Amino acid sequence: MVQLHIDTELFKLKQSLQDMWIIVEKQLKKTRLAFLDYDKAMARQVIAREKMVNALELKIDSECESFIAKNSPVAIDLRLVLAYINMNNNLERIGDFCESISNYVLNHMSGKLDENFAALLRIEEIFDCANDMFIFAKDALIEEDTEKAEKIFGIDNLIDEIYHNSVKVIAEQIKNDVSKTEEYLLLYSVIRKLERIGDRCNNIAEEIVFYLEAKVLKHNEKEKKKIEKDFK
Amino acid sequence: MYSIEAKDVNFYYGDFLALKNISMQIEKNSVTAFIGPSGCGKSTFLRLFNRMNDLIPNIKLEGKIMVKGEDVYSKNVFVDQLRKEVGMVFQKANPFPKTIFENVAYGLRVNGEKNKKKIEQVVEQSLKGAALWEEVKDKLNRSAFALSGGQQQRLCIARALAIEPSIILMDEPASALDPISTLKIEELIFELKKKYTIVIVTHNMQQAARVSDKTAFFYLGELIEYDNTDKIFTNPQKEATQNYVTGRFG
Repeated sequence: MVQLHIDTELFKLKQSLQDMWIIVEKQLKKTRLAFLDYDKAMARQVIAREKMVNALELKIDSECESFIAKNSPVAIDLRLVLAYINMNNNLERIGDFCESISNYVLNHMSGKLDENFAALLRIEEIFDCANDMFIFAKDALIEEDTEKAEKIFGIDNLIDEIYHNSVKVIAEQIKNDVSKTEEYLLLYSVIRKLERIGDRCNNIAEEIVFYLEAKVLKHNEKEKKKIEKDFK
Repeated sequence: MYSIEAKDVNFYYGDFLALKNISMQIEKNSVTAFIGPSGCGKSTFLRLFNRMNDLIPNIKLEGKIMVKGEDVYSKNVFVDQLRKEVGMVFQKANPFPKTIFENVAYGLRVNGEKNKKKIEQVVEQSLKGAALWEEVKDKLNRSAFALSGGQQQRLCIARALAIEPSIILMDEPASALDPISTLKIEELIFELKKKYTIVIVTHNMQQAARVSDKTAFFYLGELIEYDNTDKIFTNPQKEATQNYVTGRFG
């Protein structure tokens, strides 16, 4: 079959979004290293690259707008471009969280987190979960695999569980040493951001399912629970 | 009761089966778009509703076409009466070589209306109904050919409205018009829907998406998919429909 102009345009959009995935994935990995290894140089790199993420978000938004204006897409093409717009926005927000965590490393950390405390908080696990969700989402889009996208919902539940556990751990620490309240609250905000990264990956997974199957999972916990159950 | 109902319709041009086992219901005061590639049978199907195919030699119809519950191919139905009920607007505007006024009054006169006042009233009403009155009210006695293409098409719609049909069939009514005239026809369709049932054949996907409540996709004489327009243009159930509306038909 002849390659249609609309397919060439969609391919260009896909390429731009893949560029965004690559940059944000690197940001996420560097943020992990910056925090867990207290690597200030890495944190600076993340902050410096954030401008690039923002610029790419604007570029993709503009390309999507132009695509809609010129091609009046319908059906699967329309769902794809709408999903791209939302995924683009979610990726940019993940980039923002990475920058924020890197700022924390530079401005509020004085060394690596105490090993025992880090284990109690399960901080490495939450970073791993966020990273896994991100990779699953990327692969699901590239491979157009909804099953992969739907696996993300299960990991998001695990992130939520770790987050709720960390709230209890931090509350306990504050009770034990009130003088460090601010320090602990700032640390709590980092964990909160990692939990939000999970939510953003979750949103991306919903967009992939919407694009491929025209199913709207946004605000549809019942349907998502059903999917999670099917996977267990 | 449906405005139009087709039951198990097969239609032949000689040996060629042009429509294959089509059943469809069209509701009152709705706009239904027929889409599909050239030669798929959509215009043939449309023209069955007011028996415009009758004069073509060697045709054969199986199944039933009901308009307001009555079989339009039954012996009791008179074609001229049927066409008063089911008006039609064609791809190319086809005004008569008469004045603007006489074009609209024509249907009334051939139906025996002699009351001058009544004719004037209906002409004004019909031109208003076709969103043309303001543009022509001061030149009703000029030739219809002096109007632009878009105005001529709206004049044809006014002519159809003058005989008070309940259904209007439109066979690519805006395909020869510029975007502004097309928009006027589409706006008119929204207005007309309040009083009439409209069936429109169009090759313009965006037009079908904009103006219709339901869309029917035809291919090779078959009705592939018939559903709410929103559904057809966001999540069609058949792959062939998706390929067609996204322009990947091949």
